Amino acid sequence: MKASWVAEQKTVESSLVSGAELFIQGLQNENVDVVFGYPGGAVLPIYDALYKAEMKHVLTRHEQGAIHAAQGYARVTGNPGVVLATSGPGATNLVTGIADAMIDSIPLVIFTGQVATKVIGTDAFQEADIVGITMPITKHNYQVQKAEDLPRIMKEAFHIANTGRKGPVLIDIPKDIAVNNAPLKEVSDIHLPGYQPTLKPNILQVKRLNEALQMAKKPVLLTGAGVLAAKAEEELLAFAEYYQIPVAQTLLGLGGFPADHPLCYGMAGMHGTYAANMALYDCDLLIGVGARFDDRLTGNLEHFAKKAVVAHIDIDPAEIGKNVPTEIPIVGCAKETLKALNQTCGEKGNSSEWVIQLSKYRSELPLTYKSNDKELKPQKLMEILHEVTKGAAIVSTDVGQHQMWAAQYYTFSTSNRWITSGGLGTMGFGFPAAIGAKVGRPDLPVVAVVGDGGFQMTLQELGVLQDWELPVIVVIVNNKSLGMVRQWQEIFYEKRYSHSLLDIQPDFVKLAAAYGIEGKRAENEDEVREALEAALSSKKPFVLDCAVSADENVYPMIAPGKGLHEMIGVRG
Amino acid sequence: MRRIISATVLNESGVLNRLTGLLTKRQFNIENITVGHTEDPAVSKVTLTVWVEDDRKAEQLVKQLHKQINILKVRDLTNMALVSRELALIKVLTTPDTRSEIKMLIEPFRATVLDVSLENVTLEVTGDSEKVDALIELLRPYGIKEISRTGITAIPRGTQKKVLELHPYSIM
Repeated sequence: MKASWVAEQKTVESSLVSGAELFIQGLQNENVDVVFGYPGGAVLPIYDALYKAEMKHVLTRHEQGAIHAAQGYARVTGNPGVVLATSGPGATNLVTGIADAMIDSIPLVIFTGQVATKVIGTDAFQEADIVGITMPITKHNYQVQKAEDLPRIMKEAFHIANTGRKGPVLIDIPKDIAVNNAPLKEVSDIHLPGYQPTLKPNILQVKRLNEALQMAKKPVLLTGAGVLAAKAEEELLAFAEYYQIPVAQTLLGLGGFPADHPLCYGMAGMHGTYAANMALYDCDLLIGVGARFDDRLTGNLEHFAKKAVVAHIDIDPAEIGKNVPTEIPIVGCAKETLKALNQTCGEKGNSSEWVIQLSKYRSELPLTYKSNDKELKPQKLMEILHEVTKGAAIVSTDVGQHQMWAAQYYTFSTSNRWITSGGLGTMGFGFPAAIGAKVGRPDLPVVAVVGDGGFQMTLQELGVLQDWELPVIVVIVNNKSLGMVRQWQEIFYEKRYSHSLLDIQPDFVKLAAAYGIEGKRAENEDEVREALEAALSSKKPFVLDCAVSADENVYPMIAPGKGLHEMIGVRG
Repeated sequence: MRRIISATVLNESGVLNRLTGLLTKRQFNIENITVGHTEDPAVSKVTLTVWVEDDRKAEQLVKQLHKQINILKVRDLTNMALVSRELALIKVLTTPDTRSEIKMLIEPFRATVLDVSLENVTLEVTGDSEKVDALIELLRPYGIKEISRTGITAIPRGTQKKVLELHPYSIM
């Protein structure tokens, strides 16, 4: 009895490793191939372990850059992005990205250093209560209390981040925990009694939707990012084709259904197409799939889908009935649910007249803009970008006018090519996200479409392009203003352009040159096309500063408080 | 309307913070909240009373709470047959004349005297909130020095008369 006890003790003792090594082991167990981060005092032991383990680490020039890069990586690969930052300011610099990932359901596992356990709560150097700060903007968060808990916590964190409704999970690691020794052991199965996402839909509700489909004359599908998160593109296509249901997409759902498909009517919402918005306004059956009926999509809820029976498929039960009263609630993963719907092959309704009517809207009232010879129109810029990249590039944007033009005119026929800050609307998101996307998908061309305002928020990450020679193309849609702010001031504030005009600008070409990156300024369509073609074939980083017409507005538009049928600027 | 919601949570640091933070974020005002261990020391029970505008907001609250990883179970007890109790400690000013009068007064409430001094007595009363309110009102003319109430804790009755009517959009 005693002998065996000693033997057991020995094996344990011989395999004691530090918390930092457990961290590396945890990353390897999850097949993490890259970490985006920035070192500092409280994470020195972890960075030392990273050094020894030769783990791929992308050193950004600001923690915000690291987290947005991880978001871009997660969007295009479907794997959780991994972020590492130090305590205090390192951790607080991540907050914008965490909130962004939370609202757009992007899987991230974020590690922050923390001051040593014995000084937590004493206002020590670089101490911030990051667990408290991030509580409302994480799916879950942890502070590691004992080194031996780290493997279990990491396994749980990756599971939570990338299942159910995906989102960011933060793990705060006090410095002494990274140094302390603990036994290296296999983590048994995850035990999370309070977290059991529903994947399979309730058959009864599926049946009710089948019945509603038989009755429907004007059905419409509203598809969101949930389709992409569940990898349900094929099932969606089969479903829409079988029942002949027109598809409208949310901003974040673009690419989930091919834009060039006859049943695709484009993006709906504040700057959506006439056909998509009228489809949502006029329908008699609305099927939301992995979309959360955000206010920018629905417009005034008083007028939203008022004639329709609403069915809502979502993995998050809290989204169902949150904004729009729902007759057919289906909690489940988009893939499983659409699969179940496809298997039933229910009786079809007759939607042919409806499809004809919407197609008429689409051909008679397409997205449009007025072009002239003198100016480079931003919409044209997006069309050229689509043409030169053959619509196959990964496109990443900030928020604002350029984002809407990219969404409207760079149409996506493949999924996981579109990265944008939807819910939070974060300026400075697009460029670092493009870096992460290029790291995740080096085989695809990556274009960061950014505004001149947003680019100046995170342009320090040009250092990463230089460092890794990453062939990311930065297209600056330069209208010398905070375009969307300026547009709203023009329309709703009698052209009082309060602090929205950015006449004083750096020379972006010279700025790129300072980082050893080639750049060019383009003032007309030919220059854009020529520069883009050169940049694509060079396989080098490139900054293209495009001087677009400064007073161009995004249309069509639904003014705040208006319904989807009250679009302005439909006819250009 | 007032809703009584019961949540079974893991007994870890930060759970209460997450729960109350969520209510703040979604603009729910907590009227009272009680927390304590259950039969399992790793699990705590939180009972909270909140004011919500309508059923839809109430449903949203339950769902949002349920989403939290360290919250195991959430139940809206409002429309259930339940036993709920609250404890109050009341310090009342007394004179030699009123002391025995107060003792008579509290008897039907089954309140007990916990502490007596020359100027005041401290009483303990347990019951539903209405009973506690009634006693406080009765004692007010004598001069109340201090009140400490625990807030409601509740448990559904073993036998429920009828199943709560579900709304068409309800899935909880």
